[in-house]
Amino acid sequence: MIRFDKVTKAFGRKPVLDQVSFNVGEGETFVIVGLSGAGKSVTLKHMIRLMLPDSGTISIDGEAINLLNQRALREVRSKFGVLFQSSALLQWMTVRDNVALPLREHTKLPEEEIIRRVNEKLELLSLSEDGDKFPSDISGGMQKRAGLARAIIMDPKIVLYDEPTSGLDPVTSRRIDALIVNMREHLGITSVVVTHDLHSALAIGSRIMMLHEGHIVENATPAEFIKSKNETVQSFLESQYITKKGKWEELSHE
Amino acid sequence: MQYPVRSAERVGGQIILLLHHTGHAMFMLMEACWFVQFAFGKRSRHETMTQLFVTGIKSLAVISVVALFTGMILALQTGLELQRYGQEVYIGSAVSVSMIREMGPFMTGLIIAASVGSAIAAQLGTMTVSEEIAALEVMSINPNRFLVMPRLVALTLMMPVLTVYTNILGILGGAIVGTTQLGVSVTSYMDNAMQFATNKDLYVGLFKAFIFGIIITTVACHQGFMTTEGAVGVGKATRRAVIISFLVILVVGYMVTRIFYL
Repeated sequence: MIRFDKVTKAFGRKPVLDQVSFNVGEGETFVIVGLSGAGKSVTLKHMIRLMLPDSGTISIDGEAINLLNQRALREVRSKFGVLFQSSALLQWMTVRDNVALPLREHTKLPEEEIIRRVNEKLELLSLSEDGDKFPSDISGGMQKRAGLARAIIMDPKIVLYDEPTSGLDPVTSRRIDALIVNMREHLGITSVVVTHDLHSALAIGSRIMMLHEGHIVENATPAEFIKSKNETVQSFLESQYITKKGKWEELSHE
Repeated sequence: MQYPVRSAERVGGQIILLLHHTGHAMFMLMEACWFVQFAFGKRSRHETMTQLFVTGIKSLAVISVVALFTGMILALQTGLELQRYGQEVYIGSAVSVSMIREMGPFMTGLIIAASVGSAIAAQLGTMTVSEEIAALEVMSINPNRFLVMPRLVALTLMMPVLTVYTNILGILGGAIVGTTQLGVSVTSYMDNAMQFATNKDLYVGLFKAFIFGIIITTVACHQGFMTTEGAVGVGKATRRAVIISFLVILVVGYMVTRIFYL
């Protein structure tokens, strides 16, 4: 579904991605982890051509996204919904108008139908009561959920999540995790999640890829990831107090 | 030997950067001009009307004060000199020609650049750093249609209207000083004001206002879109938008005057 083939991207002389290759299959929840500055968000931005690679190819359903013209790019982007790190809700619009925006811009649906679909998504994300509020009037967690409602309003095949739990308290973070799992289980959406929260990655991911200094140091299922012999992976696991014993013991025996 | 090479590199780099920014701004302007046909269509009508309101109505208070006092200052400074030669009766023409030809569009341009232009740069800058522009792109909503075009329509329509308003208030301000402090009758002032100002003066002034509207929108939107470095970057973008708008308004104002009056 998503294929990176020897993708290189540098800012100045330092490569952020160095000959990176990987695949994301349909229906997967593919989690990209790594330290700050490892190139996680850069990888995500390449998938929707918010950035272009210096070399290499990125294909979405077999189409090289970095070679498409604007019309074809719009087609490919319509397969995506994106939840940005900052939620990226338009501040002068209410939550309901934010969620309705893609429908108003890209469909000729009557206003009643738009409102019906928006309300459906708001209900799915427990925001029914907050549709008329402005983004500045709701909490960070609610903003993330509103951003997610907007991301899925056009029923995309793929949803990209950029640090969905950053800046949120642990309880809200787990709630967002549950929503991501829910998206896959009930809507069959392929998800790509960028995070540095390994607890979240292990809980929601069907595969976890770790980036470090422009290279992939691990790309494995959560069970394999936790048993990885790679030193960088081990130190990353230990930094978040994740050991093969305790809470994650069961996973390490899979 | 290394120093001149590095200096040349730096200058060359700056020129390339300037060309890159100019190219980006021009492309953005061209695309926004293409989308003007949809300004009052279903999707853009609300935003266009909002921007017309923000540019036109919300700027009225500050423009009123500046225009009135510009006319008053012009009348006082010129009138005192004319009075020394007993020619204060011509104060009406001095004020009206100055306002209609130059001061009206120029003052309106500066006020709108400082108030509306800075607000546009700050808003779009904040949207850029908080990924709202990226979100629009991902949703295949063209920011040049969604954000730039309504502002371009609002500023290019409102600048000439506000300039006419500035001219009228400036001339009225001159009349207040002329009648209360220089002893010129209202009738004499108004007759004189109407006698010397020509249609050409009015048209050139309005043309300048229209061009200034394009300049302010282009500079402010471009600076907003180019914002980096978070809140600090938004501040820098806003400051740059105002300074660049002022400079370009001055240079273009001079060039238009030269083309039409030399």
